[in-house]
Amino acid sequence: MSKVNRTPSGAGLNWLFTMAVRDGRASVSKLFLFMASIILGIAAVVAIQSFSDSLKANISSQSRALMGADYIIDSNHPPNEKVQGIIDSLGGAQGQEINFASMALFPKNGSTKLVRVRGLTDGFPFYGELETEPAGAAAQFRQGQAALVDATIMLQYGIQPGDSVKVGELIFPIAGAIKSMPGSSALSSTVAPPVVVPYRFIESTGLIQQGSRIDYEYYFVADPSLDLEKFSKKLDPVLDAEGADLDTHLEASRGLGRRYENFGRFLNLVAFIALLLGCVGIASSIHIYMKEKLAAVAVLKCLGASRRQTFLIFLIQIAFMGLAGGVIGTATGLLLQQYFPVLLKGFLPLAMEVHVSTRAALMGLVLGLVMSVLFALLPLLGTLYVSPLEVLRIQEGKRTASGKATLGVVLAIVILIFLFSLFLLDNWRFALGFVLAVVITFTALAGIAWLFMRGIKKYFPAHWGFCSRQSLLNLFRPRNQTMTMVLAIGVGTFLISTLYFTKDMLLSKAVISDTADSPNIILLDVQTDQQQEMAGAIRNRALPVLGNIPIVTMRVQAINGRTIAEIRKDTTSHVGRWVMNHEFRVTYRDTLIDSESIAEGEWIGRVSKSDTVPISVAENFARDARVKTGDLVAFNVQGVLMNTRIASIREVDWGRMQLNFSIVFPEGVLEKAPQFHVFTTKVPDEKSSAALQQVLVRQFPNVSIIDLRQMLTLVEGILDKISWVINFMAFFSIVTGVIVLIGAVRTSKYQRIRESVLLRTLGARGRQILTITALEYLFLGFLGSLAGILLSLAGSQLLAGFVFETAFVPSYVPFLVIFPAIALMVLLIGLGNSRSVLNSPPLEVLRKEVG
Amino acid sequence: MAKILNVRHLEKSYGSGSRQLKVLQDISFDVEEKETFAIVGPSGSGKTTLLGLCAGLDQPDSGTIELCGTDLGSLSEDGRALLRNQKVGFIFQDYQLLPTLTALENVSVPLELQGFRGAGKAALELLDKVGLSDRKDHYPSQLSGGEQQRVALARAFSNNPAILFADEPTGNLDETTGEKVVDLLFELNREAGTTLIIVSHDLELAAKTQRILRLKGGKILELERSPAL
Repeated sequence: MSKVNRTPSGAGLNWLFTMAVRDGRASVSKLFLFMASIILGIAAVVAIQSFSDSLKANISSQSRALMGADYIIDSNHPPNEKVQGIIDSLGGAQGQEINFASMALFPKNGSTKLVRVRGLTDGFPFYGELETEPAGAAAQFRQGQAALVDATIMLQYGIQPGDSVKVGELIFPIAGAIKSMPGSSALSSTVAPPVVVPYRFIESTGLIQQGSRIDYEYYFVADPSLDLEKFSKKLDPVLDAEGADLDTHLEASRGLGRRYENFGRFLNLVAFIALLLGCVGIASSIHIYMKEKLAAVAVLKCLGASRRQTFLIFLIQIAFMGLAGGVIGTATGLLLQQYFPVLLKGFLPLAMEVHVSTRAALMGLVLGLVMSVLFALLPLLGTLYVSPLEVLRIQEGKRTASGKATLGVVLAIVILIFLFSLFLLDNWRFALGFVLAVVITFTALAGIAWLFMRGIKKYFPAHWGFCSRQSLLNLFRPRNQTMTMVLAIGVGTFLISTLYFTKDMLLSKAVISDTADSPNIILLDVQTDQQQEMAGAIRNRALPVLGNIPIVTMRVQAINGRTIAEIRKDTTSHVGRWVMNHEFRVTYRDTLIDSESIAEGEWIGRVSKSDTVPISVAENFARDARVKTGDLVAFNVQGVLMNTRIASIREVDWGRMQLNFSIVFPEGVLEKAPQFHVFTTKVPDEKSSAALQQVLVRQFPNVSIIDLRQMLTLVEGILDKISWVINFMAFFSIVTGVIVLIGAVRTSKYQRIRESVLLRTLGARGRQILTITALEYLFLGFLGSLAGILLSLAGSQLLAGFVFETAFVPSYVPFLVIFPAIALMVLLIGLGNSRSVLNSPPLEVLRKEVG
Repeated sequence: MAKILNVRHLEKSYGSGSRQLKVLQDISFDVEEKETFAIVGPSGSGKTTLLGLCAGLDQPDSGTIELCGTDLGSLSEDGRALLRNQKVGFIFQDYQLLPTLTALENVSVPLELQGFRGAGKAALELLDKVGLSDRKDHYPSQLSGGEQQRVALARAFSNNPAILFADEPTGNLDETTGEKVVDLLFELNREAGTTLIIVSHDLELAAKTQRILRLKGGKILELERSPAL
């Protein structure tokens, strides 16, 4: 033996890495499977984060193009003297627009559609493009009396350039189709697509009438040196006081970004759940993995390795695996985000250039490393407590991580989840709620699995056949993976089912009542002198006039003796801005309607004469105006001051598809006030609806028609799109669940092989072994998916009661479709990964055992 | 000769259910440097427990163990590990090779723990000595029982230990292979001048050592010079 002098210097970090690699070599496929558990979750989170960053950057860089100008002054009534003075002092607006909702009639085939009419002056848009087909139409339509029509409705109604559109009293030849334009998103176009006409023809359409909801917009191109933030801060309050508003392109893009951000945050949460599920998979797999390594740890300690060294060897393995998972997950996520513009088509306000977000990429890498290490920490800590004595097979008593250490690790995991949710949601209450929801869901599923195993043990069906009994026994064999599998299956099922139930709930709120006296057609902006004619036109088509609702417009002048001007100046006031600025559309009647109930005070349906009129307000008005029953509110009813007292506060179901009001006056007060009307009727089918609309649009071009069934179809379509996107993200959880499942099955493979071989040695036939395996997975599949669906039912019931405030009638689909589908999938995965179990020759295995 | 192992009034119990089982009672003996020593006794006599305590793998309930001039009771777990790495070699009944390391890597580990740069070369020399240099890249699962024990022998001597503990070194081997391994063990031990302590129930093996400590029921039955001598 070499007698070279060796002065011990101790093994350094290099040796630890060397040992980590040496040991990891033999477990590459296992480690890869662990890694795969988190790849999808990281990919999903990175994809959404990177895409959100890209979207924000695009919105920000294209904010001028989105608005078409640097800033807008807008108002829903013609500017008063002061506002006009301000506009003039700014050098006059470079562009003007009047827009409002109205019915458009296409004479070619008589079809009608609710559209947003936009009357534009020359020059607009000053940034961005009015994209049309043919391209020249954008310039051409201004030259004569021509219109541009939204491309989708032209396609829908078979309209071509050259055909015409009737807006109010005027017929415009159609110059071209609008592909995109500033101020118009695909989502808003779904409800009321744009029809653009030259500004100078708006008056002639005859649509500017009493009660018309009209937006007056003044577009400005700012001097490059103008500080828009300061400018807005100075001017906006002044305009606010005059019932106008200032929006800069920066504010508009921030607001737009925030809206998408909220949706993105929700998607992030769904992606985060996939990641958490993957981490649970890692924790469970590493737990088994480390158990198999403990003997080696004892040997290393016997040879002289310290506790720190043996801990670090495996920590390095896990960290490397986590980092590798982070790299692959991040790369996958960055690729995946390229697909998002396609996925979110119809939601995006602009044509996007997707780029890689360094922030999101770094986040993916860090997440991979930190989550893997944290979730593997508990089993890793076990190495600290392995005694070298175990090499002599003396096991005084298994030592595991102390209670304190366990608690510390669990706390660290919960804190990490909270911090990351806080980062995603930017609101500590929501983050806390999410953490609680995750903890409850995972705990409940684990609890169900535990109860099931205990139940089986306690009430074991001894009278069942051998195969069934054996399969049940396998569920709680030592080192069983029942808990992990139930979690993996349960979380995925829970997510999908909850999305399903929630969509149902949202749709149920949008459902239209189908009784004989519940309307499905609403006719807006009927003038007082059109009432009789309108009623006649409806009855002529053998349709009932179900409602004639008077509408009076008014603004809040004072609250409890303080004028709006005084309230605006009071910086401590919490009165909502919309209460002060809004032109309220108020009605008067003597009864409540279906969607209302009195929450406080007394309903007064009629008064004869009163200096202070007792009114009823909706809860949202009371909350935002900071008023209660008995308080006084003065209204400016088109120049006439009216003093009122809040007699009652109503709970209003705004989700119901019918006309609801924030403010309701009693009868006997407003009958002589200038007003317009809303008529309602009920049509039996689509054909009748189309025929009625054609007649009414010709006869009353100023009246807007809303077919509630069409609106419902639109709402369903939007919800379908949204849920498709959410389902896509939830899909990551499902696939992660599948990977965790495969990992769990693989981890117990050798144990199963041994069992199978022993059984066959004892005389069991191949078909029996197959039946045992199949039944085991079927039980797991049933248990996991049923647990997920039941949990989802409970969660949805809570959502229905506390969030949506609606009755919850669960859909049958999760029970009849999701439940068996998931169980079947688990069975196929289990059997697919157990092939070698069923095919291993016994002698080979037994020989290995003797070694 | 100086004493390399000095055991005084050792006591050890293990918990079994709610009872305490006394495994060793008032054990005292010592071993001189370069001596070959056997601890024999029937199953349950406490010999493996005694080996574990003497090697610093566990701690006694009472009594003292001085190994290589160091009181094991005064060391922390990491301190004992360091001592083992520097002074102690092990051979186990079930070889206890690291399954994910090759034969060469297994032998190198004690040297690598010391930070020795030429660990691979020294390990290869040792593997050659035990006749397995051509199997250096094979994993334990690819070696027979006898081959694995020879690798374990090479590993045990790799850190030039002052003392080597062997727990039933031939327990899992057939007679022929066992004899070869024992011969190799004693040959390597002679060359290295290491103190050798063997735990075995094989009296023939024990007879090859200089002194034999007989245990029964956790107590010393007798300590005698080997009859073969």
